[in-house]
Amino acid sequence: MNIINLENITRIYQLGSEEVRALDGISLRIDKNEYVAIMGPSGSGKSTLMNILGCLDTPTSGKYDFKGINVSDMSDNELAEIRNREIGFVFQTFNLLPRSNAFHNVELPLIYSGIHSLKRKEIAKETLTSVGLEDRLHHKPSELSGGQRQRVAIARALVTTPSIILADEPTGNLDSKTGGDIMLLFNAIHKQGNTIILVTHEEYIAKHAKRIIRLLDGKIERDEKNE
Amino acid sequence: MSNYLFELKEGLIIAFKAIRANKARAILTTLGVVIGICAVALMSTTIKGMDIAFEEGISSLGSDNLYIDKWAWFSDEEFWKMRNRKNLKLSDYEKFKNLAQLPIAVAPTLWIVKKVEYGNNYVEGTLITGSTDEYLKTTNFDFDEGRFFSAIESKSSRNVVVLGKEVADHLFKSKNASEKYIKISGIKFKVVGILKKQGSNLLGNFNPDKQVYMPIGAVFKHFERASNRSIAIIIRAQNTSMVEATKEEAEDIMRRIRGLMYDEENDFSINQQEGLTQNYNKTVGVIKIAGLLITGLSLLVGAIGIMNIMFVSVKERTREIGIRKAIGAKKRTILTQFITEASTICLIGGLIGLILAILLSMAINKFLPTSIQFDTVILAIIISLITGILAGFAPAYTAAKMDPVEALRYE
Repeated sequence: MNIINLENITRIYQLGSEEVRALDGISLRIDKNEYVAIMGPSGSGKSTLMNILGCLDTPTSGKYDFKGINVSDMSDNELAEIRNREIGFVFQTFNLLPRSNAFHNVELPLIYSGIHSLKRKEIAKETLTSVGLEDRLHHKPSELSGGQRQRVAIARALVTTPSIILADEPTGNLDSKTGGDIMLLFNAIHKQGNTIILVTHEEYIAKHAKRIIRLLDGKIERDEKNE
Repeated sequence: MSNYLFELKEGLIIAFKAIRANKARAILTTLGVVIGICAVALMSTTIKGMDIAFEEGISSLGSDNLYIDKWAWFSDEEFWKMRNRKNLKLSDYEKFKNLAQLPIAVAPTLWIVKKVEYGNNYVEGTLITGSTDEYLKTTNFDFDEGRFFSAIESKSSRNVVVLGKEVADHLFKSKNASEKYIKISGIKFKVVGILKKQGSNLLGNFNPDKQVYMPIGAVFKHFERASNRSIAIIIRAQNTSMVEATKEEAEDIMRRIRGLMYDEENDFSINQQEGLTQNYNKTVGVIKIAGLLITGLSLLVGAIGIMNIMFVSVKERTREIGIRKAIGAKKRTILTQFITEASTICLIGGLIGLILAILLSMAINKFLPTSIQFDTVILAIIISLITGILAGFAPAYTAAKMDPVEALRYE
């Protein structure tokens, strides 16, 4: 079953009088339980593509179907709902709420989907346990190591059982040992049947994925299997 | 609805966290609202206190009283027209008293202003009311010492006086005044009674505390010639519901005494304390509005402080807003969150301000009968909530409409 279907997507930024074509006619299909790495040098459009895939941004033109539903011209609130239910974000800089403990950070997406307290607490705890943080529930991000912070972020991404996990340079701020552990965690998550899209410029990170899409100047340069 | 309540609850938790994280800032911001709410609450209680004081003062004069006078007290009738009216004489009063059925008391009055002396102590410009013993029945006076002058003293125009509390205090300090003699224009008068404090400075010189009472005959004997001055007749109705009927009867009798034809205008006026109340409302109404506007301004300044700090807070937490949006917060959610935060600060400030106002009103109570009423408390709470919502709206709206991509990139 295909989850993501992009047809001829362009994204044009207006920088003063100059037009920047960050994405220039991207067509792409991603199926359920795929493990995709998006690669490219900086300025190739991978961040823009990720923002559009993650429904944080909308394309200037083209059609984006998410699970068969056209999201290219959805309202902000509808997009917020899609992000909440269908997409789990993992960022390079973790992006945890600094004043909230691990537990509350993971619980937050469930608050936004309106799940009530008891059930919420149960799911959040379960998810944190699944990433190996059952004894760090009440630690604030500042009291956790980089690897642990990224695990909290991964738990937060997983907690609503989304259709895709979008990870933007998830190991970029970690040492290679911890980064390796995080990649193992992603591999395990993929084995459980999740769909993962990984944005990276590191070959050895991209090697974990089963499919590598290379971008250059806003276009798909190559799209190949990686077995 | 339950969804809103849910968001409100989460908003509150977030708000308390945010306030705790920036204690010093929150305290300073709250201070503006504390002062604003305190000022508004105090002003509204003070206004209430003035009203109560005025009403008490009015009722000490006798609230169901009518005053037949040559002059209309509170009317736009032309001065020259009234000046040409005939004076009211003591004989008019006698006739009136014999004819009137409805009033429970009828008394003549004549006001003069004199210096009163006792030894080296004196009070300049004291209002002296000349009347009969029946005057007492038109008032609600209580006595500290002694009594009002009697019918016999009144009839025979004896040199006796009853002193208002303030006059007595000035002349005698803390000494006993009963049966002592005071001097007015060199003439000796025996003090037969001193009134209890009636206590309303809002009535100015008409405050009984500042007056001296003596038989009207004595006034005419020593100070005024009867032909020169017009007296007034005080009538007390049986109760408030009888005031109108008593007034109609009085008008009727007066027209008969004056021998007016049916098409002639009244050549006298019947005044009511209602006029005094209207006058009070007119004057104090302006003070009330001005007072509330000025204190309202201080609350506005407090609100602007909140708005300012909320803008700063939104800017600082741009990234947090981006994160929240990325994981699914809707515009409404972000809006609710920041408005809740602003309202919480305002509400806390409002409650502190209210407590302060209650303490201060206890101090003010020494001068004016003020105490913060339950409705003021409720109103203050509602006002501080609304202030928070209004002050929080603009910053919250900026937060709500942030672009998540931009917000996440913000350093």
